[in-house]
Amino acid sequence: MSEIVISVRDLTKCFGKFTAVNNISFDVYRGEIFGFLGANGAGKTTAMRMLCGLSYPTSGNGTVAGFDITREGEMIKRHIGYMSQRFSLYNDLTVGENINLFAAIYGLSKQNTRKHTAELLARLNFSSERDTLVGSLPLGWKQKLAFAIATVHRPEVVFLDEPTSGVDPIMRRQFWEMIYEAAEGGTTIFVTTHYMDEAEYCSRVSIMVDGEVRALDTPTRLKQQFTAESMDEVFRTLARDAERGE
Amino acid sequence: MKNNFLSFVKKESLHILRDKRTMLIVMIVPVVLMVLFGFAISTEVNNINIAVSAPERTDGVKDVVDRIAHNEYFSFYGYIDQEQIDKELRSGKVSVVVVFASDFDRRMEQISAGVPSKPIIQLVVDGSNVNIAGASTAYLQGILLGTASQQAMFETRMLFNPQMKSAYNFVPGIMGLIFILVCAMMTSVSIVREKEVGTMEVLLVSPVRPVKIVFAKMIPYFVISFVILVMILLLSHYLLDVPMSGGVWGIFSLSLLYLLLSLSLGLLVSTIAKTQVAALLISAMVMMIPVLLLSGMIFPIENLPEIFQVLSTIVPARWYIDAIRKMMIQGVPLMAVWKNSTILLAMTIMFIVISLKKFNDKLE
Repeated sequence: MSEIVISVRDLTKCFGKFTAVNNISFDVYRGEIFGFLGANGAGKTTAMRMLCGLSYPTSGNGTVAGFDITREGEMIKRHIGYMSQRFSLYNDLTVGENINLFAAIYGLSKQNTRKHTAELLARLNFSSERDTLVGSLPLGWKQKLAFAIATVHRPEVVFLDEPTSGVDPIMRRQFWEMIYEAAEGGTTIFVTTHYMDEAEYCSRVSIMVDGEVRALDTPTRLKQQFTAESMDEVFRTLARDAERGE
Repeated sequence: MKNNFLSFVKKESLHILRDKRTMLIVMIVPVVLMVLFGFAISTEVNNINIAVSAPERTDGVKDVVDRIAHNEYFSFYGYIDQEQIDKELRSGKVSVVVVFASDFDRRMEQISAGVPSKPIIQLVVDGSNVNIAGASTAYLQGILLGTASQQAMFETRMLFNPQMKSAYNFVPGIMGLIFILVCAMMTSVSIVREKEVGTMEVLLVSPVRPVKIVFAKMIPYFVISFVILVMILLLSHYLLDVPMSGGVWGIFSLSLLYLLLSLSLGLLVSTIAKTQVAALLISAMVMMIPVLLLSGMIFPIENLPEIFQVLSTIVPARWYIDAIRKMMIQGVPLMAVWKNSTILLAMTIMFIVISLKKFNDKLE
């Protein structure tokens, strides 16, 4: 594997006496689709927030796109994209207005914005929907648009927090095609998901239990290691020992 | 990165413009309130039904009755007999009965000649409505004193608002209320909405500084409030004849300061509230009710129990309404209300500092 894009060493986050994330360490390589799995409350979101520069680690360190997560949060924000399970575009703005807004947020020039917008709309087959209010689009389309917008500024890493929850299987399939396309273009994908079939699509998968990373490898090797048929089985074997409830 | 600030302002304006219903309410409510308080709801008393009981309808009596009948506050019901007085008052057909002495003309002459006299006119007033009773007695005494002008021992001059128009009193109050409503409530709700929907999260992960997001939100609301301010000033001057003798610029600058204060108050609420409903409730409980009750808008502060008088000093609207009233109606310049302006300025700075601090803490 090639260049390291995300590197985390002994990362810990405590809220009072509660240790949400306990000493996690891992590396993510350029162009990888890194699956970040774990049951609810396992500490996924907390870990992800630290990587995005939204929250400071209690101890440990890490870099994202070459910037230190404790000291260079602002620089990290310029080089990452982010999309959450909650729909994160503005329903009362049109497709075009949403794209323009996020392009401006990431400091794209006017010409660049115009070029990117046209490309993006063409890629999604959305060219005719440019002036449609986002609120009137079906959910699957919205999520695809949200992903396209999260990558409009060509970030080095995109963080996807359960991007496909609630989306129908066909749209999920299309969504993953977009993810593959982005990864082939050299963008690193850091994705959390609840769907174990999606875990199979990842280059490598880490599984968090009780704030710790219990397993990290390619889906094939994880299945061998746990002598399991599917990722679902691997996940259930690991999650069974979890002490934290839902 | 100036570019992206403007994009944010544009985005916020679009949010507001697309939400037609809210927009309409915001623009219409001030006008409705102005017209309501200006014309419909007033503490002035008009069209009081008045009856006269006079044993003899002499020239002197007719003269007085004429003057009463032509007064805009009264409508003349007619002459009634002594025995009817109680019945007519009870039935509610009249509110006041003016009873003349039987030898009214003769006694009037005596009074004119300087001879002391017993009362020659009796007012029988329906006291069940205190407002009407008080006002009608006062008006009638004014009219009747003119009759026996030689007896007038003192003269009252009502300064600043000689016609006792209640609109004068309400306009500053409405201004104090509206700006809190539009600036504070709407900004806080719009910030909290983004938190609730989840778009705020995405903005926080972006390189945009949170402070910028918030200021971009304030600008469109500031513009709207500005339009409302101009609207209210025009309405109150041309429709309600509020004098504004203290100079429009003074009123304007103080109002701008108050707008700023309301915006920062909204920002503060947004840092406390987690949901839009909470933001609305906080705005209503913490801002609207004190403005209505403790600002002197409706109830004079001097009439409040002492503890509420003390409490009222922390209500920004109190200082604003007081100052605007002075400038609009008494006609004092901005310099004369320096105390109020200083307090408002200090409050604004305090709100901004606290909310920015809270806002930044939140991110961690």
